[in-house]
Amino acid sequence: MLTIKNLHASIEDKSILRGINLEVKAGEVHAIMGPNGSGKSTLASVLAGREDYEVSEGEATLLGKDLLDMAPEDRAREGVFLAFQYPVEIPGVSTTNFMKTAINQVREYRGQEPLDAVSFLTLMKEKMKLVDIDQSLLSRSLNEGFSGGEKKRNEIFQMAMLEPKLAILDETDSGLDIDALKVVANGVNTLKNKDNATIVVTHYQRLLDYIVPDYVHVLYKGRIVKSGTKDLAMELEAKGYDWIKEEADAATA
Amino acid sequence: MSNSTIKNGLLNQVLVNFEKFEAQLNGTTGNIHGTRKEALETLKTQGFPDTRNEEYKYTNITKALEKKFSFQEEPTTLSLKKEEIEDRFIKGLDAHRLVFINGEFSRDYSDFSEDAGLEIIDLPTAIRSGHEALTAHFGKYADYGKDAFIALNTSLAKNGTFIQVSANKVIDRPICIYYINDTSSNQTYNYARNLILGGENSQATILEVHSDLGAHESFSNVVSEIVVKQRARISHFILQSEQEKGYHVGTTQVVQEKDSYFANYAFTTSGEMIRNNLNIDLIAERCETHMYGLYLLNGKAHVDNHTTVDHQQPNSFSNELYKGIIEDRSRGVFNGKIYVRQAAQKTNAFQSNKNILLSDTAVVNTKPQLEIWADDVKCSHGCTTGQLDEDAMFYLRARGLSKDSARALLLYAFATEVVENVTIQPVKDYLESVISTRLHKDF
Repeated sequence: MLTIKNLHASIEDKSILRGINLEVKAGEVHAIMGPNGSGKSTLASVLAGREDYEVSEGEATLLGKDLLDMAPEDRAREGVFLAFQYPVEIPGVSTTNFMKTAINQVREYRGQEPLDAVSFLTLMKEKMKLVDIDQSLLSRSLNEGFSGGEKKRNEIFQMAMLEPKLAILDETDSGLDIDALKVVANGVNTLKNKDNATIVVTHYQRLLDYIVPDYVHVLYKGRIVKSGTKDLAMELEAKGYDWIKEEADAATA
Repeated sequence: MSNSTIKNGLLNQVLVNFEKFEAQLNGTTGNIHGTRKEALETLKTQGFPDTRNEEYKYTNITKALEKKFSFQEEPTTLSLKKEEIEDRFIKGLDAHRLVFINGEFSRDYSDFSEDAGLEIIDLPTAIRSGHEALTAHFGKYADYGKDAFIALNTSLAKNGTFIQVSANKVIDRPICIYYINDTSSNQTYNYARNLILGGENSQATILEVHSDLGAHESFSNVVSEIVVKQRARISHFILQSEQEKGYHVGTTQVVQEKDSYFANYAFTTSGEMIRNNLNIDLIAERCETHMYGLYLLNGKAHVDNHTTVDHQQPNSFSNELYKGIIEDRSRGVFNGKIYVRQAAQKTNAFQSNKNILLSDTAVVNTKPQLEIWADDVKCSHGCTTGQLDEDAMFYLRARGLSKDSARALLLYAFATEVVENVTIQPVKDYLESVISTRLHKDF
């Protein structure tokens, strides 16, 4: 599904990603962990197409299509979804309002007929249940005055609406209490199937109790320095990141 | 040519025009005629402003008028078709309608009724009849000593609207005044003068809608004096669109009495050079005032909003929100003065001016000006000028919206904060459609 080869990216001449290699297959859940500043969020942003980053080397393809060459909207239309770590507040734009445009532009790109108002509403009602989100929240200005939990549930709601092939959850657990975390995780798990894939970017193991990964990768100084199974996450939780840092620094020294 | 000869050129033509105008009056105007002559004398002494005048620093309207207009008013042959005129009416708005074409009152296209407690009279008729309230109030509020264009209007205004709402009368249908300029064969001049008297505990909404049809320039010099008596509620709109070659210097001069409410809405989407002055005097306690403005500018449009609210007595509230989207080579100017006099304790006065610049050549000059002599007040002001929020753009695009759609959606949302304060649905619909068209929000 997603193939990343030797990906290098920088922001304002500061090199952040220094040769990422990753293969994510359909039906898989991959967790990207790592200490602060290791490049986790940068990887998520680069895949989604944030223009602040410059990709200097390497490639990223989704089902064989070159992602790096595409505008952010085309990546979304091809099936990439980024759940933001810090969802943007947009006064005057409601979720309902912009999702209708989003869905129909995605459908148009895929050669599908636009959804009429009734079908859209039906779809919305169905997806709202998934993350236990209220319609009144979706009619309000996007994320304005939302609690941390409401913002993240809204992200997963949008993911449910767009049904991506590749979902990237960027620190979706940050700022969530355990109940909100369960709701969000339950939403993600329900949306999971054999044809899509999920990348969970997180600092803590906590979320991985609820969204169980098939693979865990540790990012450090812009490279994946260790990969393993869920056990690796448990080990990180118990021992922290220092041993990995030492191991990696010793290897490059 | 030096500045003074430029000014004199315009002034000399104004004097000629005044003589012609006087000749038509046949001495029938009494007091008002005296006011006109005084205004003209003031104008002669003070001249038209250039950019050395702080109030016109960014808007060199005098130079523009000199360059573009002859001020030799020629009789125009009206070529407008009925459909073209009716096309300018706000769809679905059930209103008392007054139509002025090239500054002249058009009885044919106007449609209003004088219900009990509501007087609507075109200005020449009101003057000829020596209407008592008109004579008592005309020129008493808009100070021709303070602004050359108030003086110009006071001396030359032939036409306009006199509206009087009796005490306790609630006027449900808005009063909508359309100024349509047929510029297809000539330049046009419109010196409309309005006097609006809202009686005690009365309620009314007045709209002034400006537009041009044709390829030549139009010059509008409108002055509206509005008196809001005790407990009265008056709302006033100025809508300016379809005026790519429009030059406009207007003043809305408002005086509010005790416990009164006044709201002003100024929406501008085009104009070669537009200057809107809004001056509100709160002369008694517990007044409530709202000032809303939205300017969406492109091409070489130049729009300047100068507002003043003068809190003279305690316990009044004023709130101001002006927003602008400025692209291409256009320029927006905002100057907002708030005065809080020493007696005006417990004043609440808020002001906000926000602008989005969409090109490197777009310009905004914004200046909040607060002068506060009272000590127990709550006042705030803020102005922001920036570009479209990049994070918001990325967020929307990451959900599949095209760059153009995301941009239009964000700009539309920015504008909505002003439009959502409009409560008359057909007017709101009209504004939303004007804004959508401008922002290419075709979804």
